[in-house]
Amino acid sequence: MIELRDVHKAFGSNRVLRGVNLTIPGGTSMVIIGGSGTGKSVALKSILGLVKPDSGTILLDGEDVAKAERDAFLARFGMLFQGGALFDSLTVWQNVAFRLLRGSLKRPIEEARAIAVEKLRRVGLKPEVADLFPAELSGGMQKRVGLARAIAAEPEIIFFDEPTTGLDPIMAGVINELIREIVTEMGATAMTITHDMSSVRAIADHVAMLHDGVIQWTGPVADMDASGDPYLDQFIHGRAEGPIEAVR
Amino acid sequence: MIALAPLAAVGRSTLAMLGTIGSVALYAAITLGHILRPPFYIREFFSALLTIGYFSLPVVGLTTLFTGGALALQIFSGGARFNAESVVPQIVAIGIVRELGPVLTGLMVAGRVSAAIAAEIATMKVTEQLDALVTLSTNPIKYLTVPRVLAATIALPFLAAVGDIIGIMGGYLVGVTRLDFNAAVYLRNTVDFLETADVVSGLVKAAVFGFIVALMGCYHGMNSGRGAQGVGRATTNAVVSSSILILASNYLLTELFF
Ligand SMILES: Nc1ncnc2c1ncn2[C@@H]1O[C@H](COP(=O)(O)OP(=O)(O)OP(=O)(O)O)[C@@H](O)[C@H]1O
Ligand SMILES: [Mg+2]
Repeated sequence: MIELRDVHKAFGSNRVLRGVNLTIPGGTSMVIIGGSGTGKSVALKSILGLVKPDSGTILLDGEDVAKAERDAFLARFGMLFQGGALFDSLTVWQNVAFRLLRGSLKRPIEEARAIAVEKLRRVGLKPEVADLFPAELSGGMQKRVGLARAIAAEPEIIFFDEPTTGLDPIMAGVINELIREIVTEMGATAMTITHDMSSVRAIADHVAMLHDGVIQWTGPVADMDASGDPYLDQFIHGRAEGPIEAVR
Repeated sequence: MIALAPLAAVGRSTLAMLGTIGSVALYAAITLGHILRPPFYIREFFSALLTIGYFSLPVVGLTTLFTGGALALQIFSGGARFNAESVVPQIVAIGIVRELGPVLTGLMVAGRVSAAIAAEIATMKVTEQLDALVTLSTNPIKYLTVPRVLAATIALPFLAAVGDIIGIMGGYLVGVTRLDFNAAVYLRNTVDFLETADVVSGLVKAAVFGFIVALMGCYHGMNSGRGAQGVGRATTNAVVSSSILILASNYLLTELFF
């Protein structure tokens, strides 16, 4: 279980998170929605300690993550970055198998490669791409390699930052299904950021909407349509008019 | 108030510079602390050794070759003023081995390697690859900085040694073809004159320069700003600061060995 308690984060005068409170039960899938630039990526990075919150606490299974032993803590996580963040100097399969080639999870090379190729297959990529370099792939393919890397070591908690942006509708469907499968079959905890409402419905157990630095609404995905929250309603229906201003 | 404004600006930039010196020193200490503790990234070390050492050979060779030649001409014309033309081999050897070999090697590698390291690591930072490394349980300083710093510290003395030999050869070629020195005498004068301490002090300098070059490249890369502009600034800062540090430490080391 992950809990954020009154988390604040500002970059200079830009107050991005202004008291975020959110609980993600273990083994469930939480989807975070919210306008562009509201701090969704910053919230994920705060949990991982890539961004240090100015105040507030973040608990993982009741333990303060700021005091946790870093290596053991990070070993439980996988993360897909919004931009893919693949290592340009390594081939696709070496990217996917990064964790399996070094450190505590190290395996023989052939085994690591086989796992990488299998994960690539699960994100809809052929074995032929394994030996290419990231720069030789399209944007959507890079995104999927990043996804394969995030799930390669089968972590218990996985963060997906916009997993389906830049993908065609069919591939987006494949990825939605994959994320759902990882949660229901492997019992992982997932936190996904997405702007795609069909992804939200396919992936989420719970939905949280970030607006103006706080969680504006959170609840089970089934309650989303009848929430009565004007912000959420405007967002899920993509209306230009409403309480959320178009220019932010 | 207005009269004090220029002073305040000087004070601010002095404070900023002291702050940078502090954080570079801290970064160096952290890097040194990681060198002896596992995990060790052997592959990264050897690939850094290849790019920093082997691929710098042509640049270093050309620079020292021409400098050795020019040095021979200058010493000849200077020596002629008090009938001491015959000292060319000895002075070229001393000048190259103790001073110009290591310094030119350091400066050329600063331009080539420090810039490349800074640009690579800054780009990794901008594209979130450094964050990705952390989430994959890999310490960026261990994985990126330590192999490069170690490789440069080890490679530079070898590069400088090659530079020494080629520089002396430059002087020899000019001496024999343009200044009518006897080839055998030129070589014997060079070899007899040089002492082990001359060579060793030059190589020790080179090792220090190697450490500086790689460290500054990594430091500026990891502390780069956001976007393409951040990458550009990191690259410039790495080259400028490593060049200045090389020249400053060269003076201090020369005093030390004097
Ligand atoms: N390292 C940083 N330094 C300064 N400002 C930052 C940094 N990271 C994020 N920000 C700022 O924080 C705000 C939120 O950024 P974030 O990336 O979390 O947005 P987001 O909700 O993920 O948006 P999108 O949906 O477009 O990805 C933005 O205004 C951004 O400029
Ligand atoms: Mg984002």
